[in-house]
Amino acid sequence: MNRKSSLSVLTNGILKENPTLVLILGTCPTLATTTTVTGALGMGLAALVVLLCSNIFISLLRRIIPETMRIPCYIVIIAGFVTIVKMLVQAFFPGLYETLGVYLDLITVNCIILGRAEMFAGKNTVVSSALDGIGMGLGFTLALGAMATIREVFGAASFAGIAIPFMEEYKIAFLAKAPGGLLVYGLLIALVYAATHGKAPAKTSFSCSSCPNACICNKNEPCTEKGAEN
Amino acid sequence: MEEFKLLIVILLSAVFVDNYVLCRFLGICPFLGVSKKFDQASGMGIAVTVVMLLATAVTWPIQHFVLNTLNMGYLQNIVFILIIATLVQILEMLLKKLSPSLYKGLGVYLPLITTNCAVLGVTINNIIDGYSFIESMASTLGCGLGFLLAMVLFSGLRSRINEANIPTPFRGLAVTLIAASFISLAFMGFGGIVENIFG
Repeated sequence: MNRKSSLSVLTNGILKENPTLVLILGTCPTLATTTTVTGALGMGLAALVVLLCSNIFISLLRRIIPETMRIPCYIVIIAGFVTIVKMLVQAFFPGLYETLGVYLDLITVNCIILGRAEMFAGKNTVVSSALDGIGMGLGFTLALGAMATIREVFGAASFAGIAIPFMEEYKIAFLAKAPGGLLVYGLLIALVYAATHGKAPAKTSFSCSSCPNACICNKNEPCTEKGAEN
Repeated sequence: MEEFKLLIVILLSAVFVDNYVLCRFLGICPFLGVSKKFDQASGMGIAVTVVMLLATAVTWPIQHFVLNTLNMGYLQNIVFILIIATLVQILEMLLKKLSPSLYKGLGVYLPLITTNCAVLGVTINNIIDGYSFIESMASTLGCGLGFLLAMVLFSGLRSRINEANIPTPFRGLAVTLIAASFISLAFMGFGGIVENIFG
């Protein structure tokens, strides 16, 4: 693999195929953990670690795991790493552990991780899978950070827990609550579409067939590898 | 009687106040993906409710009688996800064999449920909240019904959105999320009602 292509694998997840804003994957943690910047970055980094480890492991085992049993194998590998990350967070960042709560466990069923295992790590070398994991993880973290910044600054008049005094009078409390998450996410997706002049693939239809995990559920459809490899 | 009242409160608050989709953001993928038509939305909602109830009925005893007894609580995540995946597989096979007509209606949604975070979420939340077995089942039923309610409500809204003329950048997912935000705002109005339902 030459230098340029490994760089493109890395940046692919951050920009062109940003998992949150372009591929629209992992919506649940995106909406739930972005009420505070600290929580969002913690979630993003936890997912990055799990994604990196599971991508490396699955890529290493890709010749050993039998084709028909691959999804249960992937899920067990991912669940194992989630447990490790959860215990580490609980030991070293108890505050963050309280904030994230059940969403830390739910990284197991975050479709970004299973999706990347299925689409990329199961078919590519260890090095490029690791780079893909880092890229996708960073893309996820950055998107979460951006969303949390908007919600915390305008909704709670603070940034990462530090109060911004002049915003206090203008705060829109509902942005920090559940409906605000859906609203900000919708607006961000529209913004990304408008800013890229429609180059970011707009998801006009998002039935299950447009989900990258559709091939897992729908056994008749073959899995397609999107963009990442070229 | 007090116990019964508690169960009703748990059930209703899971349906309205802490609605899994609109307030806790679990199971957003099927909420956005399969809510285009009423029959699809209700089929998915019923399938999720059934799997949730079965999953709780199996995971609660396993957590309390196996994992806690053996002091292996840290295996919770791996064990639960495997149980859910197996349950879904068994349910699919049983339905196929016993009731082909029901399988036609619900079967297509079953494989999607394995990676539905609402199912894993409800089983883990029941353990975290320290509910007894009966309370867990009540809260699970509430979560399932809440999911069904949100899906059905939203499928009605979706058919209206499809008719509307929307600015290009907002077409597709963006406007759907914003519409979901308004439904969620409406559900916020239920906050504080259920706790005081018995005065």
